[in-house]
Amino acid sequence: MDKTVNQKAWFLVLPVFLVVAFSAVLPLMTVVNYSMQDTFGNNQFFWNGVGWFKELLDPSTDLGGRFLASLGRNLFFSLVILAIEVPLGIVIALSMPRQGWTVAACLVILALPLLIPWNVVGTIWQIFGRPDIGLLGYVLNAIGIDYNYVSNEIDAWVTVIVMDVWHWTSLVALLCYAGLKSIPEAYYQAAQIDGASRWAVFKAIQLPKMNRVLLIAVLLRFMDSFMIYTEPFVVTGGGPGNSTTFVSIELVKIALGQFDLGKAAALSLVYNLIILIVCWIFYTVMTNAGAERKPQEGAA
Amino acid sequence: MARIDLVDLAHSYGGNDAPQDSFALKPVTMTWRQGGAYALLGPSGCGKTTLLNVISGIITPSRGKILFDGQDITPLSTQKRNIAQVFQFPVIYDTMTVGQNLAFPLKNRGVPKAEIDKRVAEIGRLLDLEPYLNRKATRLTADAKQKISLGRGLVRSDVAAVLFDEPLTVIDPELKWQLRSKLKALHRELDLTMIYVTHDQTEALTFADTVVVMHDGRVVQSGTPAELFDKPAHTFVGYFIGSPGMNILPAEVRGREARIDGHVIALNRSYDNLPAGAKIEIGVRPEFVDAVTPAPGLLTSKIERVDDLGRIRFARVRVGEAKLAARAPAGFTSSDGMAGLKFDPSHVHVYADSLLVEGAV
Repeated sequence: MDKTVNQKAWFLVLPVFLVVAFSAVLPLMTVVNYSMQDTFGNNQFFWNGVGWFKELLDPSTDLGGRFLASLGRNLFFSLVILAIEVPLGIVIALSMPRQGWTVAACLVILALPLLIPWNVVGTIWQIFGRPDIGLLGYVLNAIGIDYNYVSNEIDAWVTVIVMDVWHWTSLVALLCYAGLKSIPEAYYQAAQIDGASRWAVFKAIQLPKMNRVLLIAVLLRFMDSFMIYTEPFVVTGGGPGNSTTFVSIELVKIALGQFDLGKAAALSLVYNLIILIVCWIFYTVMTNAGAERKPQEGAA
Repeated sequence: MARIDLVDLAHSYGGNDAPQDSFALKPVTMTWRQGGAYALLGPSGCGKTTLLNVISGIITPSRGKILFDGQDITPLSTQKRNIAQVFQFPVIYDTMTVGQNLAFPLKNRGVPKAEIDKRVAEIGRLLDLEPYLNRKATRLTADAKQKISLGRGLVRSDVAAVLFDEPLTVIDPELKWQLRSKLKALHRELDLTMIYVTHDQTEALTFADTVVVMHDGRVVQSGTPAELFDKPAHTFVGYFIGSPGMNILPAEVRGREARIDGHVIALNRSYDNLPAGAKIEIGVRPEFVDAVTPAPGLLTSKIERVDDLGRIRFARVRVGEAKLAARAPAGFTSSDGMAGLKFDPSHVHVYADSLLVEGAV
């Protein structure tokens, strides 16, 4: 049967092109456009080429210094919360009940922090930690610990980290729990027969079987924490000084505070690029890990 | 190496107070001799896996005792019993190599490294796993993985018994017999007690020298394959073992005669003391009933179909409500769809309430 040549199909794809163009391509190109120019208001723009990008990556300039410092803070933050949330999530998942009504109760309790909107989480901890009226802040000061997240850098960091751990450990725990539940009972029975200790069971069975969900958990938590904005902004506003100013907070300061659209656009693009690259690395690692596990024929 | 005694052993998942009818494993007392090859045979849900798990210690029995060489080990945990178990689906430790998998049980028990290496090499050779010892275990095929599971049991020199829980379920048919003959060979070589759970009678009969048939939580018969075939102790055994299964017919039995629909079938033994009120049946294997041209003195039946198994033909016939299978001798054809049944009296058994009755000579 001869195929009729008909170009009408293009019209059917056209709506998708338009939606993608307006939702992704045009805004992104606007940002690219801004990143190459400078503006002094009045809708007047001047060509600046790759100037902003050069500045951004040069620590001796104001923009570069601020960007690299906030990037460092952000990476440190991500590292710390991963180092806490992943082991903690595993421990919680391991100690959760396997059956009975307590399972449902545990799941609901764990899910609660995940359901709270981010700015509400920020507000909760902002008030909770206040030395004058917050329960945590007041009690800490009452027992003699000088705690004030508004004026002390370390206190601010501790507050932001504890808040993130409180908010997101559940996610890691739930993912791990799902991974644990999928391990067939025979593995535990075999391990018993092999005389494995609790630790050996964890190392030989549970951890390898959780491998995949853990990778997902690490990816999600890294991405989320690397893009974090709302919670620390509500609690500390990036302070005291710049001590808890993460990349996203810095970006908003430059774009909306100083109205430096060119600098902000350049920063957005680099920020975006970093996230894309990390995403790609994780994706590659994960798909490779999956391929490695496929059984191969001819090995009997 | 041990003799295993089960003393009044029973288990209920609903606890000891549950009615005995609901027990997954009804009270059983039996002995498994050292070095025997046993098969636990029965349909799904008959309690065979429960019994196996009780022996390995994964389940603590609600009632009764297990003795290894006369020593009560009921309260001991699985780790402390010298039991190896191979599960239905291969269990291997993903991150380890084949060699590390084999070494795992020894490492857990703190055996010195030199000793571990020696045992792993030995078991690797025994199971033909030598070329794979340094390979990751995840990449192997199902039958190699089952061998690893088995190897983890055998690697311990003190192991008393190896338990198999339908180990060939996931193995390709052409590899099944290979692995099964490997098991037989290992059994001869190592003088281990082996207990093999299966619902496949061919597997059970070819593997074991003693087959234990279970039905509805009860051990209904334990014997050699020949005993199970010739003299089923329970109508279930007759029906479950053999293909087609035994013919079971309700009958009136008096002395040396059984009556079916008013027709008399001669018996080899005399049955005078049958329990009153019991359901009396006779059982005869299709191999000992011949379908012949109807003649006076023979039970007449209607032929429904004839199954040709190549070497032998079985006529599926009907007598009143009862269905039977009978051997159709070479050259037998029926013009009117009717056949006379000729019973071999020495192989007709009498059952009262499903249990075999021994007649007087």
